[in-house]
Amino acid sequence: MSPNPQPAVEVSGLVKRYGSKTAVDGLDLVQQPGTVLALLGPNGAGKTTTVEICEGFRSADDGTVRVLGLAAGSEALRPRIGVMPQGGGGYPGIRAEEMLNLVAACAANPLDPKWLIEILGLSGAVRTPYKRLSGGQQQRLSLACALIGRPELVFLDEPTAGMDPQARRLVWDLVGALKDDGVSVLLTTHLMDEAEALADNVVIIDEGRVVAQGSPAELTANRPDDQQLRFRARPGLDTSLLSAALPEGLKVREATRGAYLVEGLIDPQVVSTVTSWCAQQGVLAEELTVAKRSLEDVFLELTGRELRS
Amino acid sequence: MTTFAPGTFKPAPGRGSLPKMLFVHARTEAMLTLRNGEQILLTVIIPLALLVALSLMSVIPMPEPRVGSAAARIFALAIISSAFTGQAIALGFDRRYGVLKRLAASALPRWLLIAGRVCGALVVVAIQIALLAVTALILGWKFPLSGLPWMVLLIVLGTLTFGALGVLLGGALRAEIVLALANIIWFVLLMVGGVALSVPVGFVHLLPSAALAQALETAVVHGTAPGVGPVAVLVAWGVVAGALSTRTTRLT
Repeated sequence: MSPNPQPAVEVSGLVKRYGSKTAVDGLDLVQQPGTVLALLGPNGAGKTTTVEICEGFRSADDGTVRVLGLAAGSEALRPRIGVMPQGGGGYPGIRAEEMLNLVAACAANPLDPKWLIEILGLSGAVRTPYKRLSGGQQQRLSLACALIGRPELVFLDEPTAGMDPQARRLVWDLVGALKDDGVSVLLTTHLMDEAEALADNVVIIDEGRVVAQGSPAELTANRPDDQQLRFRARPGLDTSLLSAALPEGLKVREATRGAYLVEGLIDPQVVSTVTSWCAQQGVLAEELTVAKRSLEDVFLELTGRELRS
Repeated sequence: MTTFAPGTFKPAPGRGSLPKMLFVHARTEAMLTLRNGEQILLTVIIPLALLVALSLMSVIPMPEPRVGSAAARIFALAIISSAFTGQAIALGFDRRYGVLKRLAASALPRWLLIAGRVCGALVVVAIQIALLAVTALILGWKFPLSGLPWMVLLIVLGTLTFGALGVLLGGALRAEIVLALANIIWFVLLMVGGVALSVPVGFVHLLPSAALAQALETAVVHGTAPGVGPVAVLVAWGVVAGALSTRTTRLT
């Protein structure tokens, strides 16, 4: 399949200010059609502002935003995109199926509302008014509203916020199915595992700027010597002997009580050294794993470890 | 893991037919109003009770023919109840629950978002007026049929004017403040805004409530065209409120 020359979303030099605060500060991103792109960032990084400008809810102060080749916010664009706003949306007194029927009436070839209700696990709440649905149920209904018109491109703003693990898993499966059917998905999240599991490309933003982007693999494996070996054993072991036995450049520490961490270039020889050291100490190394940096490590490195208010 | 047959979500975008969108949106709006107990109390029960009270209790001053005058005033009150107070409160909470944003994100054109609400409100007003009219007829109201076209016209105009005022209030402020203000204004208009009683103070005639009650009284009691004055007052309030609300109404 030849690459489609027209990106699903193309943002360049985007700037948005609220009073004296600059929420988005010269942001660029390109999403290829049929891919899943995750905007990852801490709270207040400018994720929702960026997405809402793409959806046409807010206007940009500077820069250009093209969605499916059209200017963001144009009437011709809206039937072609599906939107799941943050926190959902519905009449307080409406029932799930009535809300879906209304949104379905806006589309030329809608999916079956009853079927969507069923797969999203809302069948048990068909008579419950919107305001009495749980946060997770409201989110699922909102997702159904975003998908019902068979859009080419779907915007999901924090799609799994407030959902239990089962519902979260379902959303992940849905995003996978959308991608397999050629739908482009742009989602925001602050959950690393979500971005890692779903996205072809991750754009990490902080304070309105892109601080890193690439596939999860690229972001986590850019340095071959940046690996970790973790294991659990009795707390308080003296690691100086192990440290001496390991090749130059590897660091050993007890990261938290009973959880040991070896950092550097981990090869089979290193694993063997660690296990034989454990044998000398008369302990069993439990949960021994070798891992690359996780997306979380990258994220925290780039956006800092202090809590944001 | 939930699996989906390949092609389930294959894109097939497009906008639905405009008449269908308008119909479903208006039906949804009307249905939600009619299902809401507080709205029914405000728009049907209280006006019905007041119609009976004004018609039968001679302690309340009312020009003759008594039932006809009462009916005209209560028709006006019913319109204010649903188009202004009911609409303002509903809009305030609809914004709180994000439905405007939700619908604005669908393929529903913006003008249809307004048209659907207006049609929904007109359906509710039609049902209110029908119930009140039947009650008035039972109470002995003699309706001069020559007034029917004027009555219909005034009901539509009143719904649009008070609807615009309701949107102006409900579209700009927080839901709880809208709830309080919309009810207070309703009560003030009922008591001293020229609805329940004729208030012989000059500026009251410039209120949309007095204008609507007076114009409806002409059509309903005398069966003749309303004066230019009250109609002009209604139109002016409606135009100003409509123009202002396009600037002040927020989606959330």
